[in-house]
Amino acid sequence: MDKQLKRELQMQAIRIRMDVIKGTFNAKSGHPGGSLSISDIMAYLYFNKMNVDPANPDWEQRDRLVLSKGHTAPALYGALALKGFFPESEIERLRKPGSFLQGHPSMRLTPGVDMSTGSLGQGISVAVGMALGAKLKGEDFNVYTILGDGEIQEGQVWEAAMFASAKGLDNLVAVVDNNNLQIDGTIDEVNSPYPIDKKFEAFGWNVINCDGHDFDEIDAAFTFAEKKNGKPSVIIAKTVKGKGVSYMEYAVEWHGKAPQQEEYEEAMNELQDRLSELETLAAQE
Amino acid sequence: MADIITKATRVGYAEGLLYLGETDENVVVLDADLAGATQTVQFKKKHPDRFFDCGIAEQNMIGIASGLSLTGYTVFASSFAMFASGRAFEQIRNSVGYPHLNVKIGATHAGISVGEDGASHQCNEDIALMRTIPGMTIINPADAVEAKAATIAAAKYDGPVYMRFGRLAVPVIFDRSYKFEWGKARALTEGNDVAIFATGLMVNEALIAAEQLKNEGIAARVINVHTIKPLDEECVVNAARECGCVVTAEEHNVIGGLGGAVCECLSENCPTPVVRVGVDDEFGRSGPAVELLHLYGLDAAHIVESAKKAISLKK
Repeated sequence: MDKQLKRELQMQAIRIRMDVIKGTFNAKSGHPGGSLSISDIMAYLYFNKMNVDPANPDWEQRDRLVLSKGHTAPALYGALALKGFFPESEIERLRKPGSFLQGHPSMRLTPGVDMSTGSLGQGISVAVGMALGAKLKGEDFNVYTILGDGEIQEGQVWEAAMFASAKGLDNLVAVVDNNNLQIDGTIDEVNSPYPIDKKFEAFGWNVINCDGHDFDEIDAAFTFAEKKNGKPSVIIAKTVKGKGVSYMEYAVEWHGKAPQQEEYEEAMNELQDRLSELETLAAQE
Repeated sequence: MADIITKATRVGYAEGLLYLGETDENVVVLDADLAGATQTVQFKKKHPDRFFDCGIAEQNMIGIASGLSLTGYTVFASSFAMFASGRAFEQIRNSVGYPHLNVKIGATHAGISVGEDGASHQCNEDIALMRTIPGMTIINPADAVEAKAATIAAAKYDGPVYMRFGRLAVPVIFDRSYKFEWGKARALTEGNDVAIFATGLMVNEALIAAEQLKNEGIAARVINVHTIKPLDEECVVNAARECGCVVTAEEHNVIGGLGGAVCECLSENCPTPVVRVGVDDEFGRSGPAVELLHLYGLDAAHIVESAKKAISLKK
């Protein structure tokens, strides 16, 4: 991947993370851990991959993203705000009455949100329906969906996986955010879905494993995923829950709680330092 | 007496879909391995490119319906009422109702008249479940003519609709001149002694009951409530006011269905005695459909008895 582009994406990912922290801090609730684990993929999708138009959010030929793990809406909101779908100032009103930023994504309220999600396992089916609709219409847009690794314990995910491959939906790319943590513990302790890759392979999908925080690997994974060989593709992204905020990393307690004042400052300082570092590097390159 | 023509409302649904298949290229039909029973197979034969069998996976089918609607299609997703409204309730609530998508649920084999398959397949809860979803329209046609007309009308409406059809062939009560009026309850007989609000196959039973009551000097106003939500409150309140007592009749649990909706409306707007005819909060069982309907009191005789009780409750 082009060095300059990579730096840009790294910086956008940090800005998304700052929005995640800002949003959940002001809301005094929310899900920072899983939002931080998908921030790099979110940056990649909105700033390098998806064909969308912030001035025309309902444009029919746009690529779609269904955030099946809807609780990580803060990362989606960060990406949408940075992309220009709505003013970034709205992030501070996350989860407040009167704000169009709900705790989980609402397509009727938030510009750029392609589907209302939040109840795990449902988003992938809707993404499959969108991909089927695109095929039926002869449109060549792609449909992306992001699932949690705990989410794939839901049976509906496998109903959707079976149907997508049976119908040859190669315009569909699913990402499994494999941060290995769910509310009650590690995913293998709770109810192991491993081996995730073998399961999707058995369901007839192209399977790509990658480091979900490395843009070269993310780029290679998406490039491979879009080869259109008659099969849907899944990217199993190895990630770190809480990525980018040291005290949140690998810590399951940050699944669904907001930082307090001091924690907020510490997180923002860390992210700001990292952003400044990237800006300096970018200037030198 | 002329021969009574009988036809299941699911057949009327299929006729509606066939009409839509010819006239609206945006209509797509889904099923969950019950195409023969739900009758969507008729559409499949004519329009195989716009029919998708999702297999035995109702939850996924509803999600796919949502996704297809988001690419501009008018989607009819079919299964038995039990699995459509029950198995996939939360998918309908969160992936159809909450985003208010243009998905029509064609639920067949509703109620006790499923017959021999028994309680596991006899859904008497679907109206109650669907009524609690904001923005959901619920239509329960009285005969195959109304079923066809309702199906065509549903395609013209932009939003979620739950349509409830039966397995059993029931008398056709409307003729070809019938016009479906969205959201309107209509009186089929005149009378001011008792108002009988009926839906689905109970409309015909209510008409038979009204004849019997007439012979006893009681003038019953039979009102066909094909749209249970939104309820035609104006019609309900006016009839209650004019008749002074009410009977509701449905092939559904007496809790949460038409009876519940009428009671809720009247207790707030025009307190009136109401006697509910329906499945009395119990599960069904195996048996021939018609026999079961009598066994569970879903017939004209029980409506007659209930009408008299309602009249006795008038102040």
